Amino acid sequence: MGTTGISGHCAIVGIGQTPYTRGTEASTLELHLQASLAALDDAGLAARDIDGVMPNELSGVIAEDLILNLGLDALRFTSTIRTGGASFVTAIQSACLAIHAGVARHVLLVAGRRGYSEQRISRSSQGGMVRMPIMRTVDEFERPFGNNVAVQWFSHAARRHMHEFGTRPEHFGMIAVACRKHANRNPQALMHAKTMSLEDHQNSRMISDPIRLFDCSLETDGGAAIVITSAERARDLPHTPVRVLGIAEGHGEPPNSITQKRDMTRIEGLWKAAPHAFGMAGLTPADIDCAQLYDGFTWHTLGSLEALGFCGIGEGGPFVEGGRIELGGELPVNTAGGLVSEAHVSGANHVVEAVRQLRHSLPPDRQVPDCETCAVTSEGDFHEGAVMLLGRSR
Amino acid sequence: MSEERLLPVPTQLSQPFWDACRRRELVAQRCAECARFRHYPTPRCPSCQSDRYDWAPLAGRGEVYSYTVCHQAFHPYFADAVPYVLATVELEEGIRMLAFLPDLDPAAIRIGMPLEVCFEQVDESLTLPCWQLCDEPEAGEG
Repeated sequence: MGTTGISGHCAIVGIGQTPYTRGTEASTLELHLQASLAALDDAGLAARDIDGVMPNELSGVIAEDLILNLGLDALRFTSTIRTGGASFVTAIQSACLAIHAGVARHVLLVAGRRGYSEQRISRSSQGGMVRMPIMRTVDEFERPFGNNVAVQWFSHAARRHMHEFGTRPEHFGMIAVACRKHANRNPQALMHAKTMSLEDHQNSRMISDPIRLFDCSLETDGGAAIVITSAERARDLPHTPVRVLGIAEGHGEPPNSITQKRDMTRIEGLWKAAPHAFGMAGLTPADIDCAQLYDGFTWHTLGSLEALGFCGIGEGGPFVEGGRIELGGELPVNTAGGLVSEAHVSGANHVVEAVRQLRHSLPPDRQVPDCETCAVTSEGDFHEGAVMLLGRSR
Repeated sequence: MSEERLLPVPTQLSQPFWDACRRRELVAQRCAECARFRHYPTPRCPSCQSDRYDWAPLAGRGEVYSYTVCHQAFHPYFADAVPYVLATVELEEGIRMLAFLPDLDPAAIRIGMPLEVCFEQVDESLTLPCWQLCDEPEAGEG
């Protein structure tokens, strides 16, 4: 199959992260600066080389904060995507367009927050949370009735999937256990030292039926950043370039509440984006060696496997049986532990992990052998989504 | 239940919905061009883009499309209410809304269950729609 559009024109050349912690003295901005400087160092670039930045909606950090602290004299492109958790991969598409158009040469994308120390979703006050304009409908018609946070919203989707397709709670548990096994091999994962069995998952506290505590992503303090440039420029930089072979964003309709989704069982943004991303790359799901799927909850992993076509609609449950998504399985998924067992850095840590897999830079027990392609997703707001297919340059 | 409750702040667009609730009536926007009902409120019809609509009365009946039982409160007001049931209710008119079922036994909730609207007066200016099990299932059911 041929490629189209901007396939292969841009590459991720730098990755950086802070430690992922529960508790930090650092401000959100400081976390962003640490991750950004690490990504620049990894790319072999200096701050003065950066002429594009895309701050992340959920952080509240703005381009001016980065100019002030990094001295970005050459900046000529900034933009912030407003699809919540879907923003990070969606932003990569915009960065690629800016680079391909010659508007920017080196674009820095950075995300993360004090998700444990400040913007803590499980604490009812939710002090410090960034206001998201799309939430105004839920504010008026759902939050007054106790439908306050994401775990409650997505539980409606997970329940409907169980009803229509016979998906079982154990299927969500198998996803959680696979991620935990991966985290146990990843010293940077928050859950590195804690093992989890399927029984442990089934015994974990029910939060919002059918979503249990161990189905939830981790409130995390941390930042992560990447640097993107043209594939041509990437050849001069230190690491094996990781090229963006296909990328697309997709939007659910209507976008203002899960309750309004005509088909709640589909993560509609990903369903819409996936054919464009695969078409651009000239790839099919069978060509993908591993996947980093945005997992605010294990529901999202299951729904994303279906949306990207790794299995059919309703088949996500049986698909995750038998270790298929574990390292060593047919399609290793969330190989660093995912947002549920590594950390939730607004999904940016999924991109960092994908780049590591494609650079073949991980220790043998973490590395997907001969990894040539990796699918990465972001999901946010109410089933908005973005799909990116990355490939190792030869 | 305790602490200050999150309450809706009606907008110019949504005010008629809340005014109707005060009269213990459930209404929704109905497009004057294509006659489709819509909810939550929008200035234009997403089907035909018309900005003409009226607020039409609803039967106040529907069925559970999906649901959750909340075992953890994420606002202090609901701390003593857990476990409580929230449903996505699909109304006879084809629209959906979030349904709070304050009196339902959480063990009883099922997809497809018939619901009917009821109302909770908060104060003189605000009444909230709530939902309960339908007293009389539709003829021919069961």
